[in-house]
Amino acid sequence: MTSARTKFLIGGVLVLGTAGYLMATSIKETGMYYLTPTELSTKLDADPGFRTAGVKIGARVVPGSIQRIPGGKEYAFRVTDGAKVVPVVYRGIAPDTFTDGVDVVVEGRMGADGTFQATTLLAKCASRYENAPGQGDDKYKQTPGYKAGTRA
Amino acid sequence: MILIGELSLWVALLMAAWAGVTSFAGGSLGRDDLITSGRRGIYATCAMVVLASLGLWTALLTHDFSLKYVASNTSANMPKVYIFSAFWGGQAGSMLFWSLILSCFSAIAIWSVRDKARDMAPWAAGTLAMILLFFIATVCFKANPYDRLSFVPADGRGMNPQLQNPGMAIHPPNLYLGYVATAIPFSFAIAALISRKLDAEWLSIVRRWSLLSWFFLTIGITLGMWWAYVELGWSGYWAWDPVENASLLPWLTGTAFLHSIMIQEKRGMLRKWNVVLVVTTFLLAIFGTFITRSGIIESVHSFAQSPVGTWFASFFFLSTGVTIYFVATRLKDLEAKAELESMVSREAAFLYNNLVLVGIAFSVLWGTLFPILSEWVRGSKITVGPPFFNTVNVPLGLLLLALTGVGPLIAWRKASTSNLKRQFAVPVALGLAVGALLLVLGMRDVYALVAYTLAGFVAATIGQEFYKGIGARRSIHGEAIPVAVVRLVARNRRRYGGYIVHAGIVVLFSAFAGLAFKKDHDIQLKGGQSTELVDPLGHRWRFVSQGTSTSESLNRFVTAVGLEVTRDGVPQGIITSEKRQYMDSNKNPLFEPSTEVGIRTSAKMDLYVVLAGVRDETAELRISFNPLVVWVWIGGMIMAIGGLIVMWPQAERRRAPSGYVATLEPAKRELAVTP
Repeated sequence: MTSARTKFLIGGVLVLGTAGYLMATSIKETGMYYLTPTELSTKLDADPGFRTAGVKIGARVVPGSIQRIPGGKEYAFRVTDGAKVVPVVYRGIAPDTFTDGVDVVVEGRMGADGTFQATTLLAKCASRYENAPGQGDDKYKQTPGYKAGTRA
Repeated sequence: MILIGELSLWVALLMAAWAGVTSFAGGSLGRDDLITSGRRGIYATCAMVVLASLGLWTALLTHDFSLKYVASNTSANMPKVYIFSAFWGGQAGSMLFWSLILSCFSAIAIWSVRDKARDMAPWAAGTLAMILLFFIATVCFKANPYDRLSFVPADGRGMNPQLQNPGMAIHPPNLYLGYVATAIPFSFAIAALISRKLDAEWLSIVRRWSLLSWFFLTIGITLGMWWAYVELGWSGYWAWDPVENASLLPWLTGTAFLHSIMIQEKRGMLRKWNVVLVVTTFLLAIFGTFITRSGIIESVHSFAQSPVGTWFASFFFLSTGVTIYFVATRLKDLEAKAELESMVSREAAFLYNNLVLVGIAFSVLWGTLFPILSEWVRGSKITVGPPFFNTVNVPLGLLLLALTGVGPLIAWRKASTSNLKRQFAVPVALGLAVGALLLVLGMRDVYALVAYTLAGFVAATIGQEFYKGIGARRSIHGEAIPVAVVRLVARNRRRYGGYIVHAGIVVLFSAFAGLAFKKDHDIQLKGGQSTELVDPLGHRWRFVSQGTSTSESLNRFVTAVGLEVTRDGVPQGIITSEKRQYMDSNKNPLFEPSTEVGIRTSAKMDLYVVLAGVRDETAELRISFNPLVVWVWIGGMIMAIGGLIVMWPQAERRRAPSGYVATLEPAKRELAVTP
């Protein structure tokens, strides 16, 4: 009786152990730091070797900084968190939502010249489903149909 | 109607509070008048929430833009169907929608036990009333769709074009139905813990509602994948995004429960475990709603950050605390009535099934929360992406697939060698044959080979069961094959419905394995230019650009590209992909441009064309060959159909004579069918 139970537990430990091992190693191998430009620069100052690590940067696209490199599917732009600015080069198809001033997440590595070489580019957008709270009313005032002073 | 709706919402709040207080008081004092009053309170809450919902629908359909919700989520020029679905398209409306489903489900569940489960029912009603109170309060105070603007805009902001899709109109309601249905088993679990009545009656109620929840979650998740695939234009259907994971978690634990409950029914084991699974499923549904709404985890498709986050977090921790308290104080009532007798038995197979499902759920939860956990523990945010989830879950998933074949065929208690030979010789041989064939045909991806070998094995076990069952009916009743199939399934709904669900799983895993052979190509074409690509099956495709065009319709401005497609020299017609810019009634652009993907589906492979943009009359395109994608939707549908068969009530006359000994019936039939 107990032996079946013990055998089951051994099997269970094996299964969960393998799963745990896979989880631990794949986090080590594929986990990525998710940093703001400021945090990235602090990390790089503290340890220049950090340059080789893959990271994700979450920041906002500097308006007017997006450039298409002619002939290729390459984008050059700058992102900022308000304090530090990081130049980024991205090769590939940019999402529909990628425009001036949107929040983006770029994934890649810091190049030797200080330009971030991005392999993926995700653009986030507050209006994906609806407005962020607080900005709602102002947006209406920009719509031409809006008449100032009309009350409900 | 709008005013009535708004007022009803507040009355509903009071009704839910009343139902909670009277039910709990009635339960603890044993007073029938209070219990009855509590039950009526639930019905009244339901009626009020229905009125509140009708009010919002009225506001949406009559374009009452003085309501902020109507103005932010719809515009006058939108198709009616999406105005209708805007009810659940935004934060506040979707919370009201939650309350609507929850109140209806609660009313049905409480009504269905009005004459039975006397010890449990008031506690279940009270728990449900508390959950209702929480949701209605959230709607009233934190996300009220009846909030008014200080002015009336001439038109609303419209709906995000990506949500203007038939899939998006029906995907969220299904998911919500699935999420919300977990509240019923949870309430009955709490009720059973309080009243110490964890008996067969409890199992039957909880099982029925868990199945319902599983059914809707399955449909909801499948529709969500389909929507992401056809609408978002990244040629995939699952990205391990937190929001997707949130929908998968309760599905995983719910699936685990639907299996382990069979062990409790047949052998009286796993009583604690089952209670924990029921409760966990509900808590994960709440947790899922919480991370979707709070913006606590970076997700590409989260709702806007909002104040409901803290409410949900408090509710989540409160529910967890209450549950832990009751489980801990009732451990004695939950002692198992039997023990595991052998490793080679159905019990063991089911236990491993549970272990793997919960293991997958844990790893998904871990990966989803890792950015937060790592920030707490190590001070820097570390994210994990699809590679993490795939590395961990592909092996676990394959183990699960193998168990899908083993579980239903292996004997209870202790399988004999002859049982194993009889049940597994043919399926194992067939599975290996499938694997060998694919190897010979040149398939080299190890995981895909294992997946198809196992798929062959599981499919063969299911086929064998049907073959035996049909054969038995034919020899006993002399029925024709189609009649035998229908009767076989109809008379053993749980068993054969379950096999159909498993068949869906086989189809689904086969489709997943096809991802190993997916190919993407980024190309640029001017009008008249062409390109040639080779797909994973070795066909040569030629694409000739017809140039780009622009047009305007109803509420959008469209840029389109047409490609003339030939495969191995045979014309396949023209495939088009569009970029759309939606606008309001005054032709002002709304939202960012969105992509309309050109998809050509076939059984073997999808051709998937995305127009990324047009620059100097050059179309930038991503052309993907996605093998077997259509089978993901088919697999999901088969699972849902199987679930429906399992749920479909057996005719009463068959059950009536035996009272509630029905749980034993399948075992008897099993003996009859597998001689």
